[in-house]
Amino acid sequence: MNIRGIQAIYIFEMSRAFRTIAQSIASPVLSTILYFIVFGSAIGSRINDIDGVNYSSFLVPGLVMLTILNQSVSNSSFGIYFPKFSGTIYEILSAPISPFEITCGYVFAAASKSIIVGLIILITSSFFVEINILHPLWMLFLLILISVTFSLFGFIIGIWADDFQRIQLIPSFIITPLTFLGGSFYSINMLPEFWQKVSYFNPIVYLVSAFRWSFYGNSDVSIFISIFATLLFLGFCIFLIAFIFKTGYRIKT
Amino acid sequence: MNAIDIKNLNKSYDNGFKALKNINLTVKKGEIFALLGPNGAGKSTLINIICGITKKSNGEVKIFKYDNILQYKLTRSLIGLVPQEIATDSFEKVINTLKFSRGLFNKKPSQDYLDFVLKSLDLYTKKNSQIRTLSGGMKRRVMIAKALSHEPKILFLDEPTAGVDVSLRKTLWRYLNKLKQTGVTIFLTTHYIEEAENLADRIGIINKGKIIIVAKKTDILEKLGTKKLIIKFNKMVNLSKIQKKYDLKKIGKKIIFTYDYKKQNDDVSNLLSELSNNSIKFEDIEIEKSNLEEIFLKLLDK
Ligand SMILES: Nc1ncnc2c1ncn2[C@@H]1O[C@H](COP(=O)(O)OP(=O)(O)O)[C@@H](O)[C@H]1O
Ligand SMILES: [Mg+2]
Repeated sequence: MNIRGIQAIYIFEMSRAFRTIAQSIASPVLSTILYFIVFGSAIGSRINDIDGVNYSSFLVPGLVMLTILNQSVSNSSFGIYFPKFSGTIYEILSAPISPFEITCGYVFAAASKSIIVGLIILITSSFFVEINILHPLWMLFLLILISVTFSLFGFIIGIWADDFQRIQLIPSFIITPLTFLGGSFYSINMLPEFWQKVSYFNPIVYLVSAFRWSFYGNSDVSIFISIFATLLFLGFCIFLIAFIFKTGYRIKT
Repeated sequence: MNAIDIKNLNKSYDNGFKALKNINLTVKKGEIFALLGPNGAGKSTLINIICGITKKSNGEVKIFKYDNILQYKLTRSLIGLVPQEIATDSFEKVINTLKFSRGLFNKKPSQDYLDFVLKSLDLYTKKNSQIRTLSGGMKRRVMIAKALSHEPKILFLDEPTAGVDVSLRKTLWRYLNKLKQTGVTIFLTTHYIEEAENLADRIGIINKGKIIIVAKKTDILEKLGTKKLIIKFNKMVNLSKIQKKYDLKKIGKKIIFTYDYKKQNDDVSNLLSELSNNSIKFEDIEIEKSNLEEIFLKLLDK
């Protein structure tokens, strides 16, 4: 194992985040605060409690989820795409480091960053609303599991992409819509029956639901189904990345 | 021992273009090998295959007896690469980018060694500068420093002096010679013949994906080179008889006699004694050796 190599990539990626701290940390925090002002205070005051939880508090897990999904995907897709774009990838390709180790470096860094941002948002929101976390360990476990899974997904996008537009494509056309429709801002039970059924095809529903369960103890779907669905997606991403490296797809000519 | 052993190596790119055709090549440990060829000959392709950046189609590449794919971790840890294009992380500090390279190659951190590399490449004062603030020549030296940061046994330089000014080029040559003294094998590509002539122990010439010749620099010059004997007279002379006999070229008050580098027969002394026998006085004699440039052009013509 080239542990030092993984470390080198990890440190490089983390220092990039701290160098661009305004973009990587301040901007997600700012947009979360805006959500709170708009949805929590302005609109939320007219919405009833959901499952006995005040609407503003109900929002918190959904917002954290929205942010870490986007952060994970964009952090790692950009992390691996940029060296391809700038040409510095040559060094990683010529180093004694395996594809698995390269993936670890980028994915752990991206996941760490989104976990940090997620926790910062959680702390920020505690200034606005009352939050209690019923199952803190589960909350952390889900935060880590989901961050790693979607960082891996983003890594695959970054390898597949051959221009900047493609990096944006999947986050803005798939992740964001699915998260908005995935119960970040409402409970699936509030939908008409038909749309509830449709929602169960949206994988993000399971993530948001499980994450909210770790806060308030009630959920739209069973937490175990949620974890199973996440692990399934993680497995799929691992399979995909293994396949990509095996064929050298889009990295080596 | 051979540092690099390449057997029957072929490369076709995805678009079907055959960039390398049955390459066989060995580079000896501790030598400076220059691969010389025009643009598009396949020099970068060859280096990139050896270093793991490009996939080969078939054939075999060995680094100190180890297969560069089956044992890639071992072979790559022995290799440092300076690619043709400058590609750096603009916002990184020089020292951090070296630490990154060293870590990537699984070497224990060593501030002392990195300082030594920076000093020997005249970059020490820029240690804590962001790379984007450096000049082009400094950036290229940073790339060399990165390649050396993990103490490689073989250094690959793909056109290291393309677009580099004359004084920096000379400095770099001196540096590479010093590096050679420490036992590092150096493989460089260039299309400057002067560079190969100044630097290399052995030279390979590649054209259109094929290696045309590999030989010691001195052998190439001897085998394929010519010498010119130039005799200058102080007045116009009539030499028609001698001129025909020795196939001399006459330009004004000069005659030029061209002969093989190796063919050490008596032509030169015969010519000179014939001149004196005929009481033809000459003012000056000059000998010109052909350089690699002419040999190169002659080879590519074939
Ligand atoms: N990715 C690629 N796909 C198709 N052809 C390529 C690719 N890279 C290089 N080539 C072609 O292969 C030939 C050799 O290129 P290269 O090795 O870069 O030459 P050199 O370094 O000697 O100038 C050129 O004709 C070039 O156009
Ligand atoms: Mg080239």
